[in-house]
Amino acid sequence: MSQLLIAASEGENPLVPPIPELVIGLLAFVIVFGFLAKKLLPNINKVLEQRREAIEGGIEKAEAAQTEAQSVLEQYKAQLAEARHEAARLRQEAQEQGATLIAEMRAEGQRQREEIVAAGHAQIEADRKAAASALRQDVGKLATELAGKLVGESLEDHARQSRVIDRFLEDLEEKAEAAR
Amino acid sequence: MSADPTQVLAFDTNCHLFDGCGFADVSPGLHSFMFQPLWGDGDSNVYFNKTMLLALLGSIIIVGFFWAAFRRPQVVPGKLQMVAEAGYDFIRRGVVYETIGKKEGEKYVPLVVSLFFFVWMLNLWSIIPLAQFPVTSIISYPLVLALIVYILWVSLTFKRHGFVGFWKNVTGYDKSLGAVLPLAMLIELFSNLLIRPFTHAVRLFANMFAGHTLLLLFTIASWYMLNGFGIAYAGVSFVMVIVMTAFELFIQALQAYVFVLLTCTYIQGALAEHH
Repeated sequence: MSQLLIAASEGENPLVPPIPELVIGLLAFVIVFGFLAKKLLPNINKVLEQRREAIEGGIEKAEAAQTEAQSVLEQYKAQLAEARHEAARLRQEAQEQGATLIAEMRAEGQRQREEIVAAGHAQIEADRKAAASALRQDVGKLATELAGKLVGESLEDHARQSRVIDRFLEDLEEKAEAAR
Repeated sequence: MSADPTQVLAFDTNCHLFDGCGFADVSPGLHSFMFQPLWGDGDSNVYFNKTMLLALLGSIIIVGFFWAAFRRPQVVPGKLQMVAEAGYDFIRRGVVYETIGKKEGEKYVPLVVSLFFFVWMLNLWSIIPLAQFPVTSIISYPLVLALIVYILWVSLTFKRHGFVGFWKNVTGYDKSLGAVLPLAMLIELFSNLLIRPFTHAVRLFANMFAGHTLLLLFTIASWYMLNGFGIAYAGVSFVMVIVMTAFELFIQALQAYVFVLLTCTYIQGALAEHH
């Protein structure tokens, strides 16, 4: 308490600023303000600005990359769709070709069958004709012989002989036609 | 410093409870805030004492810290730069942009950042071992800072609003008040022009003064009661020292923040259109 009284009597008041402290306080603050305002804060502001730009540049780059990726994806999709379309078209074509091939082969088969049948018919006809001609000769000869034996005379006269045979055969044929 | 018997450290005295020694003989008081000059003569105005040393040391520490962090700043910051940037950004965005706005406020960022770290450092001396004295509990230091802000505020108001505008701004001129206008103007005039710089400085000073007194009180009491069964009281008192130290750590940052927040509010008031 005694010290308090001494302090009070000396007129010491904590709210009365001592002048030297004011001066030193000002000096100390000016040191801080001078360094910070003139050098250090401009420094860091520049770097903060650079960083902001770097980040924005990065974002721009990323955006560009994304756009490119998007376009490439679209391109791929388009190509894929085209390929699918092409495949479908090829399949369709193949089907159509297969169908025509089958039809052609069927037609060819038909044609060949008909040819074979026709050839068979022709062969049969030729055989028949040959047989008929052979038969006609044999029958003629036989008939002449028979007639000669029966008549007792030789029908050597050739002209007459063949006439008789022809008439006979025509009769025969007529009968066969009628029978058919 | 040790010429005055009460300026010795608490543990240097042999005064204890139950020894017939009164607490008043060792209790903290105004004398705890007065220092014998380290150099020069206390009676003249040319001297150098502990608070001045701490103030200048504080300046060097702040400049040193920011020099190390921002001298060659990198776009990709190192650890120290990141910490310093966080503090810088907190004041710039959290205080200046919030109150004055980005466009007008940018100019005042260096001042406000300097003020905040300077005040905080001077406050911090309170709990830094060996120093253990908040420089801002000497009224000169907060006062000089408040005066800088006050001069800035007055000149800004003049520049922005002209002579008539200045007085309108300072007196809060508002016709709609009618009959009470003269009274309101008088109160506003006193409040803005005379009381404001005083409260601005004293708010910081008183907080630090009270905080330091509390710390001293519990520290000295811990030693004083360390006798007989007084040890139990001393233990409680010592726990309070720890608690109050932590509390002071918080108050120091808070008061520095409040100081710059008010600074920004005043600048904003000077720049704003008067009502």
